[in-house]
Amino acid sequence: MPEKKATSPKPQASSEKSSHVAPGGTAPTSEKPMTITAGKAGDIGGLVSVKIDDIDIKVPFGTTILEAAKTVGIRIPTLCYHEDLCLAGVCRICVVEVSKQRTLQTACTFPVTEPVTVSTTSQRVRQSRRHVLDLLLSKHYGECYSCFRNNNCELQALAKEYGVDFFRFGHPDKPRFEIDRSSYSVVRDMNKCVLCRRCVRTCIDLQSVGVLTAAHRSDKTKIETFLDRPLADVICINCGQCINRCPTGALRAKDPSDEIWAAIDDPKKHVVMQTAPSPRAAMGEEFDLPPGTSVTQEMNTAIRRAGFDMVFDTNTTADLTIIEEGTELLTRLYKALVKKEEAFVPQFTSCSPGWVKFIEHFYPEWLPHVSSCKSPQQMFGALIKSYYAQKQNIDPADIVSVSLMPCSAKKFEANRPEMRSTGFKDVDFGLTTREMAQMIKEAGVDLPHMPKTHFDLPFGDASGAGLIFGASGGVMEAAIRTVIEVVTGLKAEQVFTDANVIPVRGFEGVKYMEIKVPQTGPMLDLFKPLIKKGRLGKDWTWLNGATLKVAVAHGTANARKVMEDIKAGGKFAGCHFIEFMACPGGCIGGGGQPIPTSPSIRAARAKAIYAEDMGLALRKSHENPHVIKLYEEFLTDGPCGEQSHKYLHTHYTPRGDYLV
Amino acid sequence: MASVIHIMERYEAGSGLKKALAMSRTDVIRQIRESGIRGRGGAGFPTAVKWNLCAVAQSPKKFIVCNADEGEPGTFKDRLLLTERPEVLLDGITIGGYAIGARLGVIYLRAEYAYMKPGLEAALAARRENKLLGKKVLGKDFDFDIEIRMGAGAYVCGEETALIESLEGSRGEPRNRPPYPVNTGLVGAPTAVNNVETLIACAQILVKGPDWFKKLGTDVSTGSKLLSISGDCRRPGVYEVGFGTSLKDILKLVEGEGAKAVQVGGASGRTVPAKQFGRKLGFEDLATGGSVIVIGPQRDMLGVAENFLEFFVEESCGQCTPCREGNPKLLEGVRLLKRGKCSVGYLRELQNLGRTMQAASKCGLGQSSANAFLDITEHFRSEILGRVPATKE
Repeated sequence: MPEKKATSPKPQASSEKSSHVAPGGTAPTSEKPMTITAGKAGDIGGLVSVKIDDIDIKVPFGTTILEAAKTVGIRIPTLCYHEDLCLAGVCRICVVEVSKQRTLQTACTFPVTEPVTVSTTSQRVRQSRRHVLDLLLSKHYGECYSCFRNNNCELQALAKEYGVDFFRFGHPDKPRFEIDRSSYSVVRDMNKCVLCRRCVRTCIDLQSVGVLTAAHRSDKTKIETFLDRPLADVICINCGQCINRCPTGALRAKDPSDEIWAAIDDPKKHVVMQTAPSPRAAMGEEFDLPPGTSVTQEMNTAIRRAGFDMVFDTNTTADLTIIEEGTELLTRLYKALVKKEEAFVPQFTSCSPGWVKFIEHFYPEWLPHVSSCKSPQQMFGALIKSYYAQKQNIDPADIVSVSLMPCSAKKFEANRPEMRSTGFKDVDFGLTTREMAQMIKEAGVDLPHMPKTHFDLPFGDASGAGLIFGASGGVMEAAIRTVIEVVTGLKAEQVFTDANVIPVRGFEGVKYMEIKVPQTGPMLDLFKPLIKKGRLGKDWTWLNGATLKVAVAHGTANARKVMEDIKAGGKFAGCHFIEFMACPGGCIGGGGQPIPTSPSIRAARAKAIYAEDMGLALRKSHENPHVIKLYEEFLTDGPCGEQSHKYLHTHYTPRGDYLV
Repeated sequence: MASVIHIMERYEAGSGLKKALAMSRTDVIRQIRESGIRGRGGAGFPTAVKWNLCAVAQSPKKFIVCNADEGEPGTFKDRLLLTERPEVLLDGITIGGYAIGARLGVIYLRAEYAYMKPGLEAALAARRENKLLGKKVLGKDFDFDIEIRMGAGAYVCGEETALIESLEGSRGEPRNRPPYPVNTGLVGAPTAVNNVETLIACAQILVKGPDWFKKLGTDVSTGSKLLSISGDCRRPGVYEVGFGTSLKDILKLVEGEGAKAVQVGGASGRTVPAKQFGRKLGFEDLATGGSVIVIGPQRDMLGVAENFLEFFVEESCGQCTPCREGNPKLLEGVRLLKRGKCSVGYLRELQNLGRTMQAASKCGLGQSSANAFLDITEHFRSEILGRVPATKE
């Protein structure tokens, strides 16, 4: 059957949406990508003429009017449309006149399949758009001044664009709904909701979670969770992708900055910041720099000026994660391949708290496959209040440990009861990139013009391997660089040009790679304790000639695809190691990152991270001198040892449909 | 008298189907095309074009769906057809299925008509027995069966794409068009959605020929139409009339002379004032799915508008902005008018809003929900303006 997608190229996640039944129900077909079955197969791939506002162009069959208009510089306003999502056509702000059509048509959904004439500026079009805006504003409660999306709100921008000078159909003067602050991660204020349903489509299609849905009808329509329960009481994975796609301030992350300010202002408190790899590639956007501008060292200065006592690099514990998780992988493989015991291979990564909650809910029976390593954030937190506190002779009770994360799920993770290996919360507060930018602004710091400074020691100068954790495939690449060197004795550069593992990079929804182990090298001293315990052999010969199979999935819709394949005994069941990230694009597309997001913005951020990695001398986790020192001074029984297990490893909760 | 018996003529069960199966699929569609029949649900899309688009679409799976979600206020003619003429309908569905190349027909039955289901199921069972359904229908190389699916009471599910969503088990909300159901319908397969009356007429056309059908009606609107006539008249009921019949003749028929307006096409239809009673039923002038409501001189036209708008405020699916938010605004405006509190300027704004709703709403519901408001505020201006606010405010 000749079929043509009428939608623009989309990230993998959204193009695979109809392949599963989300727990919240299937996506309504109106919210699925449109398919055109052509009458004549010859139409497919051909060019069709369109006349838009007297400009003649030819576009590929099936191009939407919105896309066609864009190519000739005609701006059509949109609200429910989002590049990452399937088409909805519900807000009606993008209506245009199309020849042979009695009514106005939505430019975002209308595919050009035969020659048409389009007007984007007729009186009827202008009036309709204005009315749509007036109607949306008649229900939108909230003062722009007190909204975190002030100056970054699509509704506000449209009101300006269309010269809204009064509320033609009124404006609410009091809220209708209670704000839902129940979740550690996401705050929902439905008074500001304009029912564009981007969050619903994000949750169902992009993330395959489906806790949000349109409920009720007509003017009582509301985006709700199951039975309208608080977000903390439904199986939300806290990924925050809905926040990034909300056009207004109806969805936001739970902001702990007041408490952090209080800690900063308290002279007794030692306020420590750790910064994840991807905020530095995105923070600039909050200061009007183009996406993909790396501001790592300016940010260090700015964070200090905002009042933090120390600024550390989470990449250090990303490096540590590689040692721990890589070791765990090798012990699992040894157990499976040599001892022929059940070792739960493939091993799944555990860095992404959104993914962890996803698997706890949807595939709890597969939890033994998840690496027991805490995420870098939590490893860091545990070390701050143990190793660092001892070293600096500070009472851990006086340390306030804050993390700068691209992520809203990190807030939930920091509050997990199992994340208290020092007796204190490993991490006290998770801050998103957006919230940190806000604090920096509030401190009167002009970030782009800050002098460059380094991270503080002993958790600075991390490797490029830790840095690329920020992009999808980064954990895998970092692990491969290390595992290959450890096992073969070769340099990663001898196996991969410039030690770049290109097949795991990029934005394809699921990536797969096979690596042949060309030779085996000597056993590192680091592993001696494990050899003693029989968890590794005396050498690596059992891996000689083996083919290591790895995969990478980003966005939980893709994660679900991989999991279903594994359950069915497919290709991915034969993998040894799989990286899962909850967010499309990995952390650079995290739910705490600057808004807006789009495939090109995420690509720019990833590019910045890989460029920074290339510029570093230190690009392998196991070469990080601070990590090596850590094993000498603190984690003395080596990777996956008892000390390491106490501080750096965790366990999971098979939640299924339940919350705990 | 204007009343006729045309598609309600006697019909021998299976006769149309027998004739159809003796023809090629193309010839069946040709017969339908020659009859000039257009959809009886109200929108008036040529049935032959719909069937042909489905027939030529390349797909291993196709469906024909009978829209029996008769929900338009004031419409009850399908109720009569479903109870009195099920055999003709089932023939019609089977003929349509044969014409487009479907193997399954679905009757989407209005929730309120659940009581009819056992009877229809029995009729289906009998047809399976008589080889009018099932494998090799009438011994021909044509497998076909019919299922009954129940609606759940949403008006919007009468809209064909919302109906399909509902059939698929989703929230009943209209889809974006294009693609049209003939292209991407039920579970993505080409689907013809036809009204009960259309399918019955098609079965009759097969038996009696296109010329018989065209004996009644006009050039643009061929054949007859069943009307559900209600309201301020002495003889409400279901009538069959030829297209082209004037409202004046209809009022005479039902003894509703003296009406001040007639609502043609139900809540979503047009409000025709007395001075336009010469207007005729037909796709070229007053299209209707069958509902004709007579509005007597004693009625308050704002009450009429309020009643219809309350209905739409209840029944809008809530998906698109103009319909979801527009209908409550119009309703609010009517209530302001009732209390003499709506300025002429705001009324003009609301009329413009009504036009926006007609132009920019996603589906037929939103596109037509402002009709009555616009007609009433245009034709009954002197009646609705300048009301004195009730004393107790």
